[in-house]
Amino acid sequence: MNNVNEKHLNEEQFVLYYYGEDASGIQESVAEHLGECESCRTAYQTLQRVLNSVDSLPVPERGAEYESDVWGAVERRLPRRGKSFLSRWFATGWKPISAAAAMALVVIAAFLAGRGAGRGSLPLIMHKPAAQIANSGAENGAVRERVLLVAVGDHLERSQTVLVELANAGAPKNGSLDISYEQRAAEDLLESNRLYRQTAVSTGDESTRAMLEELEMVLLEIAHSPSAVSEKQLDELRKQIEDRGIIFKVKVFGKQVEQREAAPSNGNSGSSL
Amino acid sequence: MEDSDSVAVARVRSGDGDAYRVLVDRHSRSVFRLAYRMTGNEQDSEDVVQETFLRAYKQLHRWEARSSFGTWLYRIAANYSLDLMRRRKRHGEVTMNDSGPDDDALEMAQALPSADAGPERLLFSNRVQACVTGALNELSQQERTAFVLRHFEGQSIEEISVALGLSGNAAKHSIFRAVQKLRRALEPLVNTQS
Repeated sequence: MNNVNEKHLNEEQFVLYYYGEDASGIQESVAEHLGECESCRTAYQTLQRVLNSVDSLPVPERGAEYESDVWGAVERRLPRRGKSFLSRWFATGWKPISAAAAMALVVIAAFLAGRGAGRGSLPLIMHKPAAQIANSGAENGAVRERVLLVAVGDHLERSQTVLVELANAGAPKNGSLDISYEQRAAEDLLESNRLYRQTAVSTGDESTRAMLEELEMVLLEIAHSPSAVSEKQLDELRKQIEDRGIIFKVKVFGKQVEQREAAPSNGNSGSSL
Repeated sequence: MEDSDSVAVARVRSGDGDAYRVLVDRHSRSVFRLAYRMTGNEQDSEDVVQETFLRAYKQLHRWEARSSFGTWLYRIAANYSLDLMRRRKRHGEVTMNDSGPDDDALEMAQALPSADAGPERLLFSNRVQACVTGALNELSQQERTAFVLRHFEGQSIEEISVALGLSGNAAKHSIFRAVQKLRRALEPLVNTQS
């Protein structure tokens, strides 16, 4: 933001100014510059018109009974009352995640069976007739890889949610913070993580193995933490997450997986996840 | 308003589950608006509204009275919308109107005198809306989420970075990129209007 009055403003300064973000006292200096520079004033007015036009984005109106309808739908899905939040959550919310871990096992078993045993033992989870699958070895490899990519992508997304939740958790009240939700999630994710890591080892995919190994160490830390942590313990967990840069790594890796999922299949099963 | 939210939350926490209805009544429309701006799809937005209130209920012990309940709720809604869009993309589903910036709207804008009023102007206004929708659909999920939180919800870059688990710089650059793309798509249109 130096010399803001000596040279023309850039778009980033316009955006910060438009939204009233007061980074490094930008509001005052940009206002002053706009008062003096006609060229920047014209450019800023154009940006204003663009951003103002976004306000015209229509949002469908909801009916008069909307709130009641939402409450009706939400109430039906709320855990039965009379138990604690956590016991209700564990009674309902964990089933899909545990199922996901089981699914990971099926996917990996199918993947390894398909790679190792050839056409005779193709994964059953592919929604194609067996005869059709058996007709193309290259297609089998591509489908197997795609199934695994989707599973790993979901696994990374869940892991990221847990890590972000912990990294952003507020300061403990009354001396401790209940992290049993993340703890259970980490335990469950650990199971799938180990399976994916072993798959990476068996397929010789070094970068995937290294990333999953690092993720596993952090998940292990979380899973072995007490269910209610003190501020100091929470800080230590956060430090583990931050020092390893694991959220960033998971995001980057997840993005790569996403790109590979999106890439058109070339019929080659490839050598990595 | 926030005091009332705190009271309702305290009642729910103490076992009065029906008190949660107060919070649903108060915030469901605004959560829907946020979800729609993020997903561009009515059905998905309804899914986001319900899931947001369910998740908030399960995590209610985490909410701190010193922060706004609405902002906390929007954070849950924004993250769920983002997850939903990513899952959809991963599984190859298309949810948002897939059109890009609307070339027809641009042509129409160039053909109309700026002071024109009446049906043509109304039609043009509809096309501008379509163009804005198309331009928003061109943003990545992260850019769209960050932009919606900044532009429509008035959250600061710092709040957005916390909500989305991004660094301050990453949140800021998501917004910059979003604005840059929107400007590229909409500037010819608004210039003609002016």
